[in-house]
Amino acid sequence: MKSWSLVIPLFWVVAAAVAPLLGLQPDVIHLEHILRTPDWDAWLGSDDLGRDILARLLAGARVSLTVAMTVTVVAGVAGTLLGLVSGYFGGWLDRLLMRVTDVFQAFPGILLAIAFAAVLGPGLGNLILALCLTSWVGYARLTRAQALSLRARQHVEAARALGGSPWYVMRRHVLPLLAAPLIVEATYGIAGLVVAEASLSFLGLGIQPPHASWGAMLRDGVRYLLVAPHYVLAAGLSLMSLVLAVNVLGDGLRDAWDVRT
Amino acid sequence: MRFLLRHLASVLPVVFGVLLLTFLLLHMVPGDPVEVMLGESATAADRDRLRAELGLNQPLPIQFADYLGRLAQGDFGHSIHTHVPIAELLAQRIPATIRLTLLALVVALMMGVPLGIIAALHHNRWPDRGARLFALTLSAMPHFWLGPLLMLVFALWLPWLPVSGMETGASIVLPALTLACGLAALLTRMTRASLLDVLGEDFVRTARAKGLPERTVVLRHALRAALLPVVTVVGLQLGSLLAGAVITETVFGWDGVGRLLVESIEKRDYPVTQACVLVIALAYVAVNRLTDFAYARLDPRVRFV
Repeated sequence: MKSWSLVIPLFWVVAAAVAPLLGLQPDVIHLEHILRTPDWDAWLGSDDLGRDILARLLAGARVSLTVAMTVTVVAGVAGTLLGLVSGYFGGWLDRLLMRVTDVFQAFPGILLAIAFAAVLGPGLGNLILALCLTSWVGYARLTRAQALSLRARQHVEAARALGGSPWYVMRRHVLPLLAAPLIVEATYGIAGLVVAEASLSFLGLGIQPPHASWGAMLRDGVRYLLVAPHYVLAAGLSLMSLVLAVNVLGDGLRDAWDVRT
Repeated sequence: MRFLLRHLASVLPVVFGVLLLTFLLLHMVPGDPVEVMLGESATAADRDRLRAELGLNQPLPIQFADYLGRLAQGDFGHSIHTHVPIAELLAQRIPATIRLTLLALVVALMMGVPLGIIAALHHNRWPDRGARLFALTLSAMPHFWLGPLLMLVFALWLPWLPVSGMETGASIVLPALTLACGLAALLTRMTRASLLDVLGEDFVRTARAKGLPERTVVLRHALRAALLPVVTVVGLQLGSLLAGAVITETVFGWDGVGRLLVESIEKRDYPVTQACVLVIALAYVAVNRLTDFAYARLDPRVRFV
């Protein structure tokens, strides 16, 4: 496993966590510093309203990671439970769930999240809700497929034969075997959600001004591409470093645990 | 023929679900959708008129039946701001999106497949490492970051191409390249992995043992087998390019369906939003099903249950 794939995400997590303690002022406007190029006072320069880009990057990392983690936990738990029950019990519930996931997967990529975020209205809460509504599907499909094959394993049959209740068997004999594939899925999921959050913010559907987010910084930065390329580059490189590292981390975990994706 | 009909029938529940979900979008608007769309300055009469026009004063099942009935006649409703029929808006925008996605597909194929072949033929040497790094980097670059970067390099630093818009023929180059890169990365990885698998097979060893030149072994024997899984990926990803087009068109000011969607969201013109989402999703389903169908035709081992 490549160590940088762990170091970069950890760097962003720590930076996002300690940012409020550093006394930075990501939302304070300094009209005398508009689009200032990087120097010793502002390491990454200032944006179109003279706000410090480094401070805004850290604030954006906080938003990005908060959204990614929250959605991963909520959608991961919900999707896993649904998939587990569906795959383990089968029957009409399973058929219904598969129909519903088919419909959700009929929307390409981020389109459905855009649609949900559009009608729910902008804001952090609605952004998280829109992403939760679309992210559970992957976990449900994965867990269901695994539960379906694990159900026939001998140790599960033995546990059932010994009188274990369905919940007990699922918790003690099925779920532990799902941990590795679920963690790999969640790792890729986090990278995907960082991109999704930035995409929605780029479209103006995420957290609202004056608060910072990487997607919104990219959108504003594009307008000043000619005069202040450092603005776009700072936001884009930050996003890319995190997504790249988390993806490589996912590859590493997948290979280490021999999970097929 | 029966096979084709069965295939078409299997897609119906999904299409129904897609229609239901897009229909329900308008009902997910918190509070009164009419108030959200018209803003606070609208008069009560305006609101009532729009409410009646959208059928929002009817029970939900009747609204849905009306929605389906109108769609069946090609009536998508009209924009609540400009009152232009949405079908007309779509007809204006769809060709631009098709042009963009098809060109992106061609570019992605021209980049990804040769790169994957080179990587596989130089397994674990520097061309392979380079191709893997290229694929890894591009897959971590969303369109709204790659697009501005390409603009910066090829339109501003090296003023070769237009920054945005669609005035000249060259305007399509940067958006198509932006849209293509993610798929090119995927195709590089797929082609490489698939060809590496095939190069270890017995029939490749036989071809080499016959004394065929390496060029013939790779191009005529191995590649043919290796490209089958790649074809499927291309088909499935053609649909995903449509989702990428939403962002790419917005970045470059390309007047396609994706940009129409984003504009309608900004203006809270929800009937237009609904129609764009529906059209993109249906196109995606159609392309995916056609890919499955084509794959089953190409590979006699695949049969549908």
